Amino acid sequence: MIVTLEVNGEPCAAEVAGFESLLWVLRERLGLTGAKDACLQGECGSCSVLLDGEVVCACLVLAADAEGARVTTVEGLAGGSEGELHLVQQAFVDAGAVQCGFCTPGLIVAAAHLLETRPGAGDAEVREALSGNLCRCTGYGAILRAVARAQSQATQGGAP
Amino acid sequence: MSEVLVQRPTVRGGVGESVPRPDAVPKVTGRFDFLGDLHAEGMVWGATRRAWLPRARLVRVDVTPALTMRGVHAALTQDDVPGHRYQGQKVTDQPVLAEGEVRTWGEPVAVVAADDPETARRAADAIIVELDELEPLTDLDEALARGSVFRHVRVRRGDPDARGEVVVEDTYTTATQDPAALGTEAGLAVPDGLGGLDLWGPTQWTHVDRTQLAACLGLSPEQVRVQPCRLGGAFGSREDLSLQTHLGMLALRLGRPVKMVYDRTESFVGHVKRHGARMRYRHEADRAGRLVRVEAQLLLDGGPYELTSSAVVANSSYFALGPYRCQRVEVDGYALRTNNPPSGAMRGFGANQPCFAAEAQMDRLAEALGLDPLELRLRNAIGPGDHLATTGQLIEHPLPTAEVIRSVAAIPLPDALAPADDDPRRLPGGTGLTTPRDRVVRGVGYAVGLKNLQFSEGFDDYAEARVELTAEGARVHTAAIEVGQGMVTIIAQVVRSTLGVSQVEVAFDHTGRIGSAGSTSASRQTQMAGNAALEAATVVRTQALERLGGDHLDDAGVWRGEQLLAPLAELVADGPIEHHVRYRHRPTQQPDADGQGALHVDFCVAAHRAVVDVDPDLGLVRVVEIAIAQDVGRALNPQQLHGQIEGGIAQGMGHAIMEEVVLDAGVIRNASFTDYLLPTCLDAPEVEAVLVEQPSPWGPFGAKGMAELPTMSATPAVVAAVRAATGRALTRAPVRPEDVVGDLR
Ligand code: FES
Ligand code: FES
Repeated sequence: MIVTLEVNGEPCAAEVAGFESLLWVLRERLGLTGAKDACLQGECGSCSVLLDGEVVCACLVLAADAEGARVTTVEGLAGGSEGELHLVQQAFVDAGAVQCGFCTPGLIVAAAHLLETRPGAGDAEVREALSGNLCRCTGYGAILRAVARAQSQATQGGAP
Repeated sequence: MSEVLVQRPTVRGGVGESVPRPDAVPKVTGRFDFLGDLHAEGMVWGATRRAWLPRARLVRVDVTPALTMRGVHAALTQDDVPGHRYQGQKVTDQPVLAEGEVRTWGEPVAVVAADDPETARRAADAIIVELDELEPLTDLDEALARGSVFRHVRVRRGDPDARGEVVVEDTYTTATQDPAALGTEAGLAVPDGLGGLDLWGPTQWTHVDRTQLAACLGLSPEQVRVQPCRLGGAFGSREDLSLQTHLGMLALRLGRPVKMVYDRTESFVGHVKRHGARMRYRHEADRAGRLVRVEAQLLLDGGPYELTSSAVVANSSYFALGPYRCQRVEVDGYALRTNNPPSGAMRGFGANQPCFAAEAQMDRLAEALGLDPLELRLRNAIGPGDHLATTGQLIEHPLPTAEVIRSVAAIPLPDALAPADDDPRRLPGGTGLTTPRDRVVRGVGYAVGLKNLQFSEGFDDYAEARVELTAEGARVHTAAIEVGQGMVTIIAQVVRSTLGVSQVEVAFDHTGRIGSAGSTSASRQTQMAGNAALEAATVVRTQALERLGGDHLDDAGVWRGEQLLAPLAELVADGPIEHHVRYRHRPTQQPDADGQGALHVDFCVAAHRAVVDVDPDLGLVRVVEIAIAQDVGRALNPQQLHGQIEGGIAQGMGHAIMEEVVLDAGVIRNASFTDYLLPTCLDAPEVEAVLVEQPSPWGPFGAKGMAELPTMSATPAVVAAVRAATGRALTRAPVRPEDVVGDLR
């Protein structure tokens, strides 16, 4: 079947099989490999994308169910021009929150969503919001510092 | 090495600065291509058929049903291996695909290639495999009794008659831990049209993969170009081959690119794990709290193939006591052959398991002596001028054991759980809402770890690097593998500080372009790749200065005093200045029959303090804080060091209270992230870290490789804290709820 959806602001159409996930279509049909595939079971968050403004595990969404949806992946987060970073992306770079980087795209999407929906979230709330995103390298300390940095910049400098 | 002068301390991005990773931006924008993101024109997808019994006679494999499916291009078995049919880093005892007998659950039996992954998976399932079940060998004592041993390391040192009055003894167990790198095994093989191929696969040492692949594929080493890979983590699990040979076989057979990606369940059987261990310890001390005698028997579960087990058990044996003096030591370490999943390298490489047992023994001894556990450790702490209690090696260089113990003890304890704090996210039961605030018991525990750096026991260990200076700055070529740990940043910082030039790029070369950098393991690349780059850069700088008679170099060019002799572009107008180095660390000795000798290059220590809150009714544990004092030699990049410390601690803490590969007669019962629990950010403790800087003569600018220690002693520290909270012996890691509740043993 043909599925049409809007990805990172662009209208897209892809030929998909009934069993294929949104993650598969993004990665293999549309060439957007930013979202990752560490578990394919909804346990790790490496595949996180925004679906109509909500964070979802793209591995758990059937591509067919995304018909007509608006999808934002890590590649489309910053918008604007090439090389420009979203506040959260810049904070991850500055705080040293990236090691191997495999968890990073999913965490960036989840953290950006948190910043937008609950800009004043406290430590426990941030931890809870990001607890669906596994990271094996950092122990999360630098990730939490990156989120705190983005939060304080967002309040100082207006909306992200 | 520490003698090299920093040409201009003001160079941007030099040693000591928290320079961001050069690959951070592509990683945060999703544009960094990991192995699973690779694509080649015309590629097909591979899949693996695996055995479902831990041990069986392989009666029949028939690939015909797969080959007759639409979209399937090849289905290969062990008979199709073009070259040597066995692989392995040290001993080639692992069949590329099962032959004669299946020796472990999930062992690969056949591989297929098809147009898409789904067809490949169905084709693999369609292959007829007949197994005749055999009794698996899965118990360590039974393996020992049967002589199923890869290596026995025997250590005897000191006066055999030395005995202490105060004795503690027990048997300790550590479960198998999965490295669980977030990126699963993935790879791509691309035939070059001339009979050879380019291969991207998960590796920590491309040249050792090349040796094995060339042999198994029937090619010369030059025909196999193992490419630098972009890994979603490693932690040891990429030291041994997984899918590389299979990819190579399929690509050569088909003459077209083949890609393969394991899913998480397949990944659990597709890479090596931290050895499960059973350890029997007897410690004897005198009344003054001096260790007099330690006897240890260490049984490590190697699984069916040797891989790196023979080196892992050496580390277990040589670091069986931790960083303490002792008059008499008797250690027998065994790497055992079983039908459990293959074990190999994981962060700490065999030093973690005995650290768990020996540190528990130190606490028991302290209790028996009526001494503070830290005081007991301080009374026995080794440092320069002492001999390692196991191998007898003289510690000639900085080893700040007492300093890390004192430093960690000096870090203020976290606040007590506020009586009013009933936010479930701060209670052991978490958002499961199971823990009433007033039932929570707090405990504090300590542990100290000691480990070697770089390869030991006489191994000819080297790393190559080439540094080129051009008008744009310097470029460092290396075959070392960046697994996420940040070597890419460190090498550039070392070269910047050596040359005085800020614009430095690290180029990762395939095996055909440069010689081996050795493995990204054994805490070795900061010192090995780092020193190779430093030596090459030192020569480049000298040549640059000599060309024009200058006395210093920086971004502007070559200077004599205050006079700029020439900008970089002019200096290199006749071509880049370059130098290639093969750096070797000081030679080490092979052990004698008693395990004695100067077997190691350098050592590193760390001390942990864990604070936990326990729900004693349900056996749930929350790690509140881990404090660590860590020997780093010299801090080249403080931010990265803290990242390694926090990440290492999470893995060590995970192994203390949640991470275990559950084995049932050789079968993994929790091969998914649903069932194998990794720490999330709700589980991650606060970390307070102190870096102890005493420069090592063996590292660039005095640095030590350090990233294994944070994992090692975190596990025993957390379990010690749970012991303190519950009064239970807890001789097993991880601690399970049932170990905390119920009858006291
Ligand atoms: S890949 Fe989707 S949650 Fe893990
Ligand atoms: S940085 Fe490697 S998994 Fe998070």
